[in-house]
Amino acid sequence: MSFLHYWRAMSGIVGRELWRFVTQRERFISALVRPLVWLFVFAAGFRAALGLAISPPYETYILYEVYITPGLCGMIQLFNGMQSSLSMVYDREMGSMRTLLVCPLPRWFLLLSKLLAGTAVSVLQVYVFLAIARAYDINIPLMGYGTVLPALLLSGLMLGALGLLLSSFIKQLENFAGVMNFVIFPMFFMSTALYPLWKIKESSALLYNLAQYNPFSQAVELTRFALYGQFNLHACIYTLIAFIVFMTAAIIGYNPSKGMMMKKKGGE
Amino acid sequence: MSEPSALAIEGLSFSYGNHKALDDINFKIQSGECTILLGPNGAGKSTLFSLITHLYDTRQGRIELCGFDIKQQSRLALARLGVVFQQTTLDMDLTVDQNLRYHTALHGMSRKLATERIQQELERLNMFDRRFEKVRQLNGGHKRRVEIARALLHKPSLLLLDEPTVGLDVPSRKNIVDYVHRLAAEEKIAVLWASHLMDEIHANDHLIVLHKGQIKANGTVDEVLKQTDVATINEAFSRLTQGQAA
Repeated sequence: MSFLHYWRAMSGIVGRELWRFVTQRERFISALVRPLVWLFVFAAGFRAALGLAISPPYETYILYEVYITPGLCGMIQLFNGMQSSLSMVYDREMGSMRTLLVCPLPRWFLLLSKLLAGTAVSVLQVYVFLAIARAYDINIPLMGYGTVLPALLLSGLMLGALGLLLSSFIKQLENFAGVMNFVIFPMFFMSTALYPLWKIKESSALLYNLAQYNPFSQAVELTRFALYGQFNLHACIYTLIAFIVFMTAAIIGYNPSKGMMMKKKGGE
Repeated sequence: MSEPSALAIEGLSFSYGNHKALDDINFKIQSGECTILLGPNGAGKSTLFSLITHLYDTRQGRIELCGFDIKQQSRLALARLGVVFQQTTLDMDLTVDQNLRYHTALHGMSRKLATERIQQELERLNMFDRRFEKVRQLNGGHKRRVEIARALLHKPSLLLLDEPTVGLDVPSRKNIVDYVHRLAAEEKIAVLWASHLMDEIHANDHLIVLHKGQIKANGTVDEVLKQTDVATINEAFSRLTQGQAA
């Protein structure tokens, strides 16, 4: 089993995912519409209602649109991570996940490749979103578009691994809608995506704690700092650990002897 | 030393909780042999296929592909296996060629080798001219042909087919049945074919009748007829499964 084999397989999996995304125009557009609506409508509406003090990484007063831009990048990745896992549930129901799992490569590698493929798609979406945001006067330092890449990769991997983990537990597509409500919305609203931590603390200590320990908050903060060329070590370590934990659990979930696959008995 | 069997199953049992899906299964398939696995719904066919493809782990008993244990040496074993699943597993939005290239990438083939093999397998199934069409545009029979071509791209020693002709019209079914039998005879590929349909069985096939997780008969068509003391496979099957329809 050579390095070349691994490389070809990974390129095949990532290439297929990117190709599918680019050719599915509806998916491409709908992935962009959601954060843009938040940016153009929600943020514009709340601009007057919310006052933001100067806090790192910002060095001056900023508009609310500027504040929520990293949160919306996170939102794109969160939805994408969940959507990838939705497609894995679908793939498994349709059997194409089986095709992948019977190929002669270790299962952890196949799952990691799937995850990288999903992350590549989410990074692409974020960059298109950032380009549109720039046209709307959300000006991020040019260097930030480069420094944000590793942050987006890590945050995409972490959120994708969470989706992967969920997909190993979900038996059928119908159950997924419930998980969306129980995972996506709480994660997004109980985070620093829409309002800073100190603002949350003013209203509720419980919410503050939840938001602080929410890995999505850390992923958003990592992205926020990286967009301004700064490195948030705490957020990086937190996101990395969350990624490792979710990924390990997902690999166990897909393990033929230990995981949930055994409980997901197919029809005879 | 003699060549190991393409598939060897010894003392295989498997349960879902308290329900025993497979009970002490033993059989071997040699290269060039076409074995038809007959069994009514719930007999344990899908469980057996999930175990051979390593989707489930073998807990009791042993499965070997070409001498490689599916549990201990799963990658070596899986490299020798080609599978056609019951449901279509092609990506409908990609072309035939893109679907097949994806498979060759998963098996680590170079671009040149992939091109050669894709041409070879599609030409044998008269599908080469349609390689740039989207899978969605193909009819059921042609989709099946593409799946068989895909399963053969990496030159497996054992080909597993899980009821591949379900939902196809008579000519498409006959085409696939004849093709797979030819593969076994000419290419010396071992075939394990799960089926419902008695007319898919050729006279010199090997038969395994599975019922309620147990093997009720295992032998050539003649041997099974002799064992059950009846004239047709239909009657033999009915007797072995106590009248349950396949």
